[in-house]
Amino acid sequence: MKIKETDQIKNIKNFAFQVRKNILEMAVSAGSSSAHFGGALSITEIVSTLFGCQMKIDKKNPQWEDRDRFILSKGHACLAYYAALCEVGYISKEELKTFEKNDTNLLGHPVINRNLGIDFSNGSLGMGLSLGIGVAISSKKKKKKFKVYVIIGDGECNEGSIWEAAMAAPNFKLNNLYVIIDKNNFQQTGSNKEIMNVENLKDKWSSFGWHTTELDGHNIQDLQKFFKESKNIDKPKAIIANTVKGKGFSFSENNNDWHHSILSKSFHEKAINELKKNNFK
Amino acid sequence: MNINERNIKIWSTIGARATLGIAALELAKEIDNLMVLTCDVSTSAGLDRFRKTYPEKYLDLGIAEQNMIGVAAGLASENFNVITTTFAPFQTMRCCEQIKVNLGYMEQKICMVGIASGLALGTLGYTHCCIEDVGVLRSIPGITIISPADSLETVKALEAAVKSETPSYLRLTGSSNNPIIYNKNYEFKIGKSITLREGKDITIFCAGAMVHKSLEVAKILESKNISSKVVNMHTIKPIDKMAIEEACNSKLIVSVEEHNIIGGLGSAIAEYKSSLTKSPKQLFLGIKDTYSKGGNYKFLQEKHRLTSNKIVEDILNSY
Repeated sequence: MKIKETDQIKNIKNFAFQVRKNILEMAVSAGSSSAHFGGALSITEIVSTLFGCQMKIDKKNPQWEDRDRFILSKGHACLAYYAALCEVGYISKEELKTFEKNDTNLLGHPVINRNLGIDFSNGSLGMGLSLGIGVAISSKKKKKKFKVYVIIGDGECNEGSIWEAAMAAPNFKLNNLYVIIDKNNFQQTGSNKEIMNVENLKDKWSSFGWHTTELDGHNIQDLQKFFKESKNIDKPKAIIANTVKGKGFSFSENNNDWHHSILSKSFHEKAINELKKNNFK
Repeated sequence: MNINERNIKIWSTIGARATLGIAALELAKEIDNLMVLTCDVSTSAGLDRFRKTYPEKYLDLGIAEQNMIGVAAGLASENFNVITTTFAPFQTMRCCEQIKVNLGYMEQKICMVGIASGLALGTLGYTHCCIEDVGVLRSIPGITIISPADSLETVKALEAAVKSETPSYLRLTGSSNNPIIYNKNYEFKIGKSITLREGKDITIFCAGAMVHKSLEVAKILESKNISSKVVNMHTIKPIDKMAIEEACNSKLIVSVEEHNIIGGLGSAIAEYKSSLTKSPKQLFLGIKDTYSKGGNYKFLQEKHRLTSNKIVEDILNSY
C-alpha cells in the first residue's frame, strides 16, 4: 500500500525537483569550464530536506542570528548548495547564471558571502567538520538552540583531518551537530574501492562516539524520520547516506565520468526531458 | 595589565611562554568572548592556571592541530575572540592549509601563538625547532606576524593582536631567563618598529631573541668606532617601510633573525628595499638554509653564528 505523502514530503520533493533543474541550468551555463555534476546530484535530496524543511532559517534574512548553520564541507558539490539557496530565495535565478563566470559570487567552490546565505568558504577537503564543531560549541556557549549541519563526502573521509574532528565532537558532547556523509561510492578518479576503501563507515563513526545511522540518502521520509527520532539523543549524529552519484539522469547515474564534466546543450535537453518524465515529485 | 618593575623581572625569568599564560589570564578578565585553544600543551604554554581559572574559556583539542584551527575558525565566525597556541612548527606548518583557508581566504580573526620558535628546543631536534614559520605564513595574504623581543613585549603584542581586527601570528622565541629589553612600559603599535639605539653607520634590523644580541653587537661595534642603529622590527608583516627607507642612509643594513634567511625578516626588508632607488648592501644573518646537527640553544646559536661575537665578525667582514 502506498503511504500517503504528507504535504511536507511533497514540498521537499518539489524543492528537490527545482534544485535539479537549477543544477542543470548552472551546469549548462558553465559550459566549457565544467561543473562538479555527479556529487551535487547525489546530495540533492539531502540539501532539499535540510533547506526545504529541517533547518530553521529566515527566508527574509540569511543572517538571522538563530538560524541553523550549514556547512558544505565537500565544497565541490556547490551546484546543489547554490540551487537550494536559490529556492530559499537568497540567490536569484539571474545570479545562478553567473556560476563560475569571471568575478562571480558563485565560484566552483563556495566562498563566504553571508548576504547569500553562504557562511563559510569551502573546497579544500576535510575542513568543514572542524568548522562545524567550532560553530556547535558557539551555539552552546551563547546558550542558543541553533543546530549545525555538515555534509561531507565519502572520498573526503580519506582526509585525516576528518577523523581529528570525528574524535573531537563526541568529546565536547555536541548533540547539536549533524554530519551527513554522502556515500556515493566514488571519488574523483574512481570508486572508493579502487582508490581508498572507506567501507564500514557506520562502524567507524559509531566507534568514534557518534549516534549513527545508515539510510537511503535519496529517501526524504527516511531522512526526516532520522532527524525526528534522533532529536533528543545526547550525542553528535552521523548519517551514512547511501546515494547514487549523478542521481536523476540515466547518463550520469553511477557514471564517474560525470564527477566533473561539461554539460552540453544536447545532454542538457536530454536531462530536462528525463527530469520532467520521471518527475521526481 | 599590571606592568611594573617586579612583574617585568618575573616575566623575564619565566620566559615568553609562561608569560603568555599570565597575559591570557589578564585578557580573560576584560574580554568576555575570549577563548584559548591548545593542542595538549597547556603546561608548556603556561596555561595551566588559565585552564583551571577559566575552564569555560579554554578548549584542549588534543594532538590535532588541523582540527584546532578549524574549530577556532568556527568559533571566530560566531564572534568569539580566539587565541590558539602550540609549539611553533605544529601551530604553523602542520595546519598550514587550514590557516590559509580559514584565516587568510576566509579572514576569520584568530590570534595564533607559536611557542618555542627558533632554535630554543635544539636538544629535541629540528622537528621541534622552527626556522620556517615566518616564511610560510608571510606568503598567506592578510596575516599579521609579530616576533616580540622580550617577555614584556610578548604581553603587549598579545594584547594588541587579540584586540586587533586581523588574523595574526605571534612568534615566541627565547627560553626562560629571557633578557629584558624593555624595563618599563612603552608604546607598542603593530607595524611600527622601535629604534632602541641610534647610530649612523650601520642599521641592524632584528626581532625576537635576536634583539638583545643586536644591542650587544652595537655596543661591541661602538668600541670599534662603528656607530650602529638597532631597530626592533617586532612586526614582520606588515613591514615598517618607513624604517627601511630611513635605514637607507646607513652604509650597511644588517638583518638578524633566528629563522632561515630565506623568507623571514631579512627577506621582508629586502623585498621593500629593492624597490628603492638608492639603498645600501644588506647582510642577511640567520640560519643559512640548512638543518644542522642539534644541541642546546646556546650551541645552536654558536653554530649558526647568532651570538654577539659571531655577528660582529660577520658584520666586520661585510662592512
